[in-house]
Amino acid sequence: MEKPPVDSYQDNAWVRLTQSKWFVYILISPLFLVLFAYVVYPFYQTFIQSFTGDDALSHYKKFFSLASPANLEALWTSLYISIISVICCAIVGVTMAFLLERYDFPGRRLLAILVLVPMALPPLVGVLSFTFLYGDSGIFPRALQHLFGLDQVPFSLNGIMGVIVVHTFTMYTYFYLTASAAIKGLDPSLEEAATSLGAGRIRVWTKVILPMLTPSIVASALLVFMISMASYTAPLMFGVERTMTMQIYLSRTNGNLEMAATQSMILSFVSITFLIIMRWYQNRRNYQNLSKGISVHRSEVSSKGMKILATIASFVGTLILILPILVLILISFSVDGAWKTQILPTDYTIDHYIALFTDERTWRPIWNSIQMGVVATLGNILFGVAAAYAMVRLNFKGKTLLDILIMVPWALPGTVVAVNLIAAFSTENIFAFNQVLIGTFWILPLAYFIRHLPLVFRSTSASLVQLDQSIEEAARSLGATWLYTFRRIVIPLTFTGILAGTLLALVQSLGEFVASILIYSSSTIPLSVAIFQKLYAFKFGTACAYGVLQICLILIVLIISEKLSKGSAGSAI
Amino acid sequence: MKSVKIENVSKQFGQVHGVKDLNLTIKAGEFFTFLGPSGCGKTTTLRMIAGFYYPTEGKVLFDDRDVTLLQPNKRNIGMVFQNYALFPHMTVDENIAFGLQVRKLSKTEITQKVDRIRGLVHLEQYGRRKINELSGGQQQRVALARALVIEPDILLLDEPLSNLDAKLREETRIEIKRIQTELGVTTIYVTHDQMEAMAMSDRIMVMEQGIIKQIGTPQEIYNRPLNRFVADFIGETNLIEATIESINGDDIQAKTVNGLNFIGRKQHSSPTLTHMIGDKVFISIRPESVNLGPGENKLIGKISFVEFTGISVNYIVDFTEFSLKVMIINTNGQLKQIGEDITLHIAQDSLYFLGE
Ligand SMILES: Nc1ncnc2c1ncn2[C@@H]1O[C@H](COP(=O)(O)OP(=O)(O)OP(=O)(O)O)[C@@H](O)[C@H]1O
Ligand SMILES: [Mg+2]
Repeated sequence: MEKPPVDSYQDNAWVRLTQSKWFVYILISPLFLVLFAYVVYPFYQTFIQSFTGDDALSHYKKFFSLASPANLEALWTSLYISIISVICCAIVGVTMAFLLERYDFPGRRLLAILVLVPMALPPLVGVLSFTFLYGDSGIFPRALQHLFGLDQVPFSLNGIMGVIVVHTFTMYTYFYLTASAAIKGLDPSLEEAATSLGAGRIRVWTKVILPMLTPSIVASALLVFMISMASYTAPLMFGVERTMTMQIYLSRTNGNLEMAATQSMILSFVSITFLIIMRWYQNRRNYQNLSKGISVHRSEVSSKGMKILATIASFVGTLILILPILVLILISFSVDGAWKTQILPTDYTIDHYIALFTDERTWRPIWNSIQMGVVATLGNILFGVAAAYAMVRLNFKGKTLLDILIMVPWALPGTVVAVNLIAAFSTENIFAFNQVLIGTFWILPLAYFIRHLPLVFRSTSASLVQLDQSIEEAARSLGATWLYTFRRIVIPLTFTGILAGTLLALVQSLGEFVASILIYSSSTIPLSVAIFQKLYAFKFGTACAYGVLQICLILIVLIISEKLSKGSAGSAI
Repeated sequence: MKSVKIENVSKQFGQVHGVKDLNLTIKAGEFFTFLGPSGCGKTTTLRMIAGFYYPTEGKVLFDDRDVTLLQPNKRNIGMVFQNYALFPHMTVDENIAFGLQVRKLSKTEITQKVDRIRGLVHLEQYGRRKINELSGGQQQRVALARALVIEPDILLLDEPLSNLDAKLREETRIEIKRIQTELGVTTIYVTHDQMEAMAMSDRIMVMEQGIIKQIGTPQEIYNRPLNRFVADFIGETNLIEATIESINGDDIQAKTVNGLNFIGRKQHSSPTLTHMIGDKVFISIRPESVNLGPGENKLIGKISFVEFTGISVNYIVDFTEFSLKVMIINTNGQLKQIGEDITLHIAQDSLYFLGE
């Protein structure tokens, strides 16, 4: 196995140490320490809390009692929403990936850019634009009502349906990204081989393409399921109170801390169980592409009818993708409080934008979020790359544990993470260097770091697995030290993977709302919380201006990374 | 150019034996081949020389320096991998230059050396190409150039030809041998293709299940195998079980269970054989050493298979307890039919006796 460089071979004690089979455990111990301090320990604190009471199990008994089924109902609704969301996202995302990677049709280039728009929409802003567009008093329902002179709006997006639509829109990109990366790496000769063996189109799909894509689809399903379980914003905005996250939030605000802890434990249990099942499944199937130097060919949509259909479809797709942003921009120019029952706002102004940069109070949350997001993401890169390398290249006992500990915080809803952090860091302790973290700047970067722990890790380890170990060995045999090899071979070859994860982490940190709303300190209000506060105050214009700015920040990050990754093969974003 | 010495080396993977108790010396400048069936421990041994595995027991020495636990990057070896392991994000030149950059050579020196080695492997025009714009054979030559440009003390090649088609294989094989001869670098070559091994090597080590079966020149291995495994693995042969009946000076007479008698020469037997009357031996008879018609060691059998290849006619001839593969050089165009009886003889000098 790889060891860090040894300067002098004569330095025997060091050689003995690095050659010892225990040395690897010294290398990985910092990883476990971080996980213990910021994942296990806070979780344990909540666990303890859920069992405090006259009877250790009293809160659990209450949860499962059929007399007041609110909790059970919430559990069921959460699961049901998550599963439907996964299915919808998978269908949309994988289809999009195939269309865009494999076919050429009018409008493809534009669509290929816009397809990532939902990534630029932070959850809160996404939900916001959807309620403006399709909600009870949204632009579309009202326009139709006026057009046909109806008494009521003909349709509107609300309740569970609304939650699922928003989930699909905001999360299909996870499927899209991994599936299109996988399709790029899919050797067309495999398909050709199957066809030459007499397999029809459907057979090629079900027997060759889908199985090849399975790992990436399952990986995405895992992510989407976790996010859906954790989803708090959409139910909040669409008024679905009977979901687990909402129940936890309500218990907390009603001051029933033990019940909140109990609900957190049960929700965590579901999420983690699902996580383990999915992980097991993923390990069962692992395909590596063995061929070298291939490129994917795009086939043109040739028949006339198909061409028209494809054009229309891509136009509609483009519209759906772009509308949320357009509506945010539109409303960001509207005068606060002037838009009531009209289809569109009537009075416009640019005051909100001027205020963003001139008014210290409006600028503050923006700067806070950038700082906290960057700090958290740097942590994610450091931890994620190290953990991925350890996972893929080193041999040690406890790999499964490491993997699960990294994935758990993702499976945990942001609400639960926040509950855990409050339980652990409301008092001084050693992991916080004897500080009280709650109420300081550091609590949110820590929350973001924990919540986005697997992003860099997973994307990096995915590209590391693709990287044949003999390439590293070749570099070593040519005289390169471990560090030099890592810098010149491993990093460049996994760069797009690292970057993909980093960007996801950063973008998510900039938009993080769920944990933020529970633990932000009033001296460092993040952007998303500021948006929420403006919304509550019916300052739609200001809220949307924030939203647009947030989108711009995210777009800048995406463009920079696009520039950076240019030239390196198979960029993921 | 260095010699390599492996002393009592064993490598254990958990419960699995990679290799057991290896002892061998590879001379400086030698072309040395590890030959053996899949899973016999060739790669394991090579990787211990490269420093990617550390032996569970024993020592590896380059010249007289103990390198057993030395890092791979400190060994000054050139290694060519079965799958080439070229750096996909670099051009041909960047790949070749990598080892020189590690050694902190000046830019001009690097350019000079890269150009020279690129000429040596006949890739003059390809310096700026990306790796995935090269054919398999070209990639292999880049890998070779990359390993050679650092002027390694030892060149290690792990089945470098196995990904190439037959014609390219032969071409590249000749190329590798030419370059090796030109540079005189100590070379260790891993293959499971005996033809390749015979054609290229100064000496060959035949392995089976992690154990050395024989070390010797191609001629020694072919003509004087030490044991059944080597005789069987190298070239084609018939192995017939027999018991030593009598020894008359230089002649050995051996008898099969069904009473067929064979007479051969004592000096044409494995050095490990003890030659006691009553000992069980194996008689190795190469198909090409069997002749038509009566003579020494005459045999009469029934033809069960005929194959005409142009240069030769191959028969399988059945006897009561064994069948014999026979190869007759085609001189008069006569072909016998399946089912016909055939009379054969084998010169006493062509028999070879082996132990287990
Ligand atoms: N990293 C490893 N872990 C466990 N067992 C191993 C490892 N590497 C090799 N082995 C085992 O050691 C034995 C020798 O393997 P090795 O790779 O040296 O064979 P080989 O002669 O190179 O075969 P091939 O011609 O197939 O490449 C095999 O039984 C193999 O399964
Ligand atoms: Mg091998």
